[in-house]
Amino acid sequence: MSDQAAAFKHRINTALGDEQAHSNFRSAMSMLMEKRAAQFPDEDELLEKRQRANAIRAHALRNLPQLLEQLEQQLINNGIQVHWARDGAEANAIIHQLLEAAGAKSVVKGKSMVSEEIDLNHYLQQHGIEILESDLGEFIIQLAHETPSHIVMPAIHKTKQDIAELFHKHFPELPYSEDVDEMTQQARQILRDRFRQADAGISGVNFMVAETGTLCLVENEGNGRMSTTVPPLHIAVTGIEKVVEKLTDVPPLLDLLTKSATGQPITTYFNMISHPRQAGELDGPEAVHLVLLDNGRSHIKRDEVLLDTLRCIRCGSCINHCPVYVQVGGHAYGTVYPGPIGTVLEPMRLGIDQIGTLTSACSLCGACAQVCPVQIPLPKLINRLRADSVSHQNHSGVKGEGSLRKQAEVLSWKGWRWLYSSPLRYRLFSKLATRLRGLTPSSIGGWSRYRTVTKPAPRPLSELIKEAGFDHE
Amino acid sequence: MPTHPDEIYFMGTCLVDLFYPQAGLAGMKLIQGAGVRVIYPKDQGCCGQPAFNSGYREEALEVARSQMRCFPHEIPIVVPSGSCAGMVIHHWPELFAGETDEKQAIAVSRRTVELTQFLVDQLNLQLEDLGEPTEIAVHTSCSCRNELKVEDRIESLLSQLNQVTVLEQPRKAECCGFGGSFAIKQPEISGAMVQDKTDALHSTGATRVVSQDCGCLMNIGGALEKQQRTMQPQHIAEFLLERTHE
Amino acid sequence: MSSARETIFQALRATSTPATRDIPPQVDRQEWGQSEKVERLTQQMSAVHAEVHHLADGDWIGWVNRELPQRGLSRLLAGGEVAQQLKQRCASSIELKHYQQPIEQWKSTLFNEVDVGITSTRGAIAHSGSLALWATIEEPRLLSLVPPVHIALLHANQIHENFEQMVVNEQWQQQMPTNTLLISGPSKTADIQQVLAYGVHGPKELIVLILEDA
Ligand code: SF4
Repeated sequence: MSDQAAAFKHRINTALGDEQAHSNFRSAMSMLMEKRAAQFPDEDELLEKRQRANAIRAHALRNLPQLLEQLEQQLINNGIQVHWARDGAEANAIIHQLLEAAGAKSVVKGKSMVSEEIDLNHYLQQHGIEILESDLGEFIIQLAHETPSHIVMPAIHKTKQDIAELFHKHFPELPYSEDVDEMTQQARQILRDRFRQADAGISGVNFMVAETGTLCLVENEGNGRMSTTVPPLHIAVTGIEKVVEKLTDVPPLLDLLTKSATGQPITTYFNMISHPRQAGELDGPEAVHLVLLDNGRSHIKRDEVLLDTLRCIRCGSCINHCPVYVQVGGHAYGTVYPGPIGTVLEPMRLGIDQIGTLTSACSLCGACAQVCPVQIPLPKLINRLRADSVSHQNHSGVKGEGSLRKQAEVLSWKGWRWLYSSPLRYRLFSKLATRLRGLTPSSIGGWSRYRTVTKPAPRPLSELIKEAGFDHE
Repeated sequence: MPTHPDEIYFMGTCLVDLFYPQAGLAGMKLIQGAGVRVIYPKDQGCCGQPAFNSGYREEALEVARSQMRCFPHEIPIVVPSGSCAGMVIHHWPELFAGETDEKQAIAVSRRTVELTQFLVDQLNLQLEDLGEPTEIAVHTSCSCRNELKVEDRIESLLSQLNQVTVLEQPRKAECCGFGGSFAIKQPEISGAMVQDKTDALHSTGATRVVSQDCGCLMNIGGALEKQQRTMQPQHIAEFLLERTHE
Repeated sequence: MSSARETIFQALRATSTPATRDIPPQVDRQEWGQSEKVERLTQQMSAVHAEVHHLADGDWIGWVNRELPQRGLSRLLAGGEVAQQLKQRCASSIELKHYQQPIEQWKSTLFNEVDVGITSTRGAIAHSGSLALWATIEEPRLLSLVPPVHIALLHANQIHENFEQMVVNEQWQQQMPTNTLLISGPSKTADIQQVLAYGVHGPKELIVLILEDA
């Protein structure tokens, strides 16, 4: 077994062994699925909405360079400065330089998966900058020195007892409590001062509007608003694919995003930022910067099929409905993005040679594609990456293509083809397999650990039909 | 596609051929009983799905091509398995894309139909329940639900049987964990999934579980047996035939 | 960093063929009248823990004068027109503060010595139960964020059916302000074991006073 496969197996076994985590995921996912379903009582209307959202995102991607230029121009006109980063290292360096130039030492951050993707926190910490996650879930994860286990609910794997202990360890001056309201108030208390004192705020972006030069942020807690309003400097970082053409493109996407993600008709706050503080205004940051990250996105865009991935609005619904995710949770994937969307994104981002085995952890049940608000055909893409993983042709351009091709497996599929592409050979085989059913092994690898092995029937269907009087053309 | 055609092809599928021939026979008998001539091309084998879902598209293509040749006439092709029907209907066009016989593959995919959908939509099959009162559970295959979107056909067939009560399992839309190569490559996850699925089915108290897909049945049935539970797996065609014949 | 920009654009241009816009129209329009919009808004906002009251236009100061002392709230922050109106008629038990200085000059007062922020709104969205606020010089962004209680004044005739219609009706794309905000309830989180808790970073309470013309 390759290193990555062995490491993945290990993470899976660890996850499957954790009963508590499994039951946390199970109850959380069941609740999220129920809440989402309640938001979409009319199937036909939902389908129309998804088709529309799909069209909006697809349109933006088809016109990506034009829209990014328009966006950049609008942002500059609005007084927001724009930076481009080819990869995570460049993005981190840009952000660091901006902070340094402003003399910023202490930073509060809103939730951003792109910042996880580029591992911004570690980078800034190594450079002597104190960076504090302000979303409660991210805050918890940061205290625990962990990574998010879900893209929308990062601390979903933790129980309130875990969190109570974590708070107690880091803030012994506060009374120990397992009461959720009380813990929430404690977090409020701890973070309030930090918002007030921070030199800079960093955030992600959910949608960028080319037409108006607007950055849109979706959140429930108010920490995103705090991070982007209180400190004198705001740096937003996001992927280049997040742009849409018109302001009217935003409402339909927002509607599906929040309903799909958490079953909310809308989040508590929808924050649209179009300028830094303007003359005479009394609050808001004096400077706003946007760092636009490529990190493989332009490469994905070259592929007609894989390109669909870029429509993603990061709602996490595919994750919530994934029967594999509910078993193993987010950490088993070992990547920033877990679940179906992670299974597609991460092998493309990190390379099949690094993390391509993720694609084997999918039963292709298709539940994800049914709920994706922008109709990304996730199982089709996962299957396509499986083909790239074992390809011998090297034409897809996905990093590490063909690196999971193993001679033994190749031979067995060639054997399978030899058998099944010839009616004669196949008939002989089915005859043998049924006649020799007594010799069926009772144990075949992992399959028989959980199931008995089904024996071939005494005679195959192809032999039975004649007697039954059917036409045998 | 014509409703109530005069004749159809039956695509047995490799799993039915080798492991569940009675399910195939039952499906054919149900169709024949409705006055349709059923043709079983004797050279048929496999739709190519196992290789396709494992990433081996060249091998899948060759096997699919040899399968395709068995169904030349312009008549419906009925498949007693959601995932194989899904393979032909949705993935053959993808698999054959750019090949010389792409058009043919698309044409074949268009006349392919899953068994329960065929029985309901095209045959409008009327059933008379001759059996004793019984309680069963249903597991709808993910291909029928998510890919073909015909998940309600099995229920509509069963609802005609007035002595049969269908007991709903919790999380009925969740995958059983089969997924072909998935069960082999990720046996632990697949094992955890089939454990949850069989627990859910068992909790209904039903003595039998029926499904439209033999892959699911092999998985669920094998697990039930391993757990020494008494619930029996059965293909929907066999169940329908059993209920409607003395 | 222009080289990064160039590289990215080059890669994107190589694979993009601009296409014309072809996006299907909106599907879920209801054509609600004002009373239906008020009703839906009230229902949606109440469902997410906002407190909604229906008042005649001139009665809101009376409501504030009556309710705040009863709830033990006294330090009230306002800006612009709202502050002017309050100045004339607000009860002596209420300590009215006017948001008039840049935040840098009184951050700690704002964070520590205000109980309630009161703002006007630009309008609301019935469908999702949201208030729309545009940042202005008179009513800055933190007014509705930092104080533990936010009171929002909304004129009933400014409720739109859904977000998309509000954007279209008011032609937002022509003049986006520094900050546009939709508020749909008090601040909340479910990050601890999916249990809903209110008032994590923003206001713990949101009170909406819907003002109808007498
Ligand atoms: S792939 Fe679709 S369902 Fe998954 S996170 Fe992205 S938008 Fe949501």
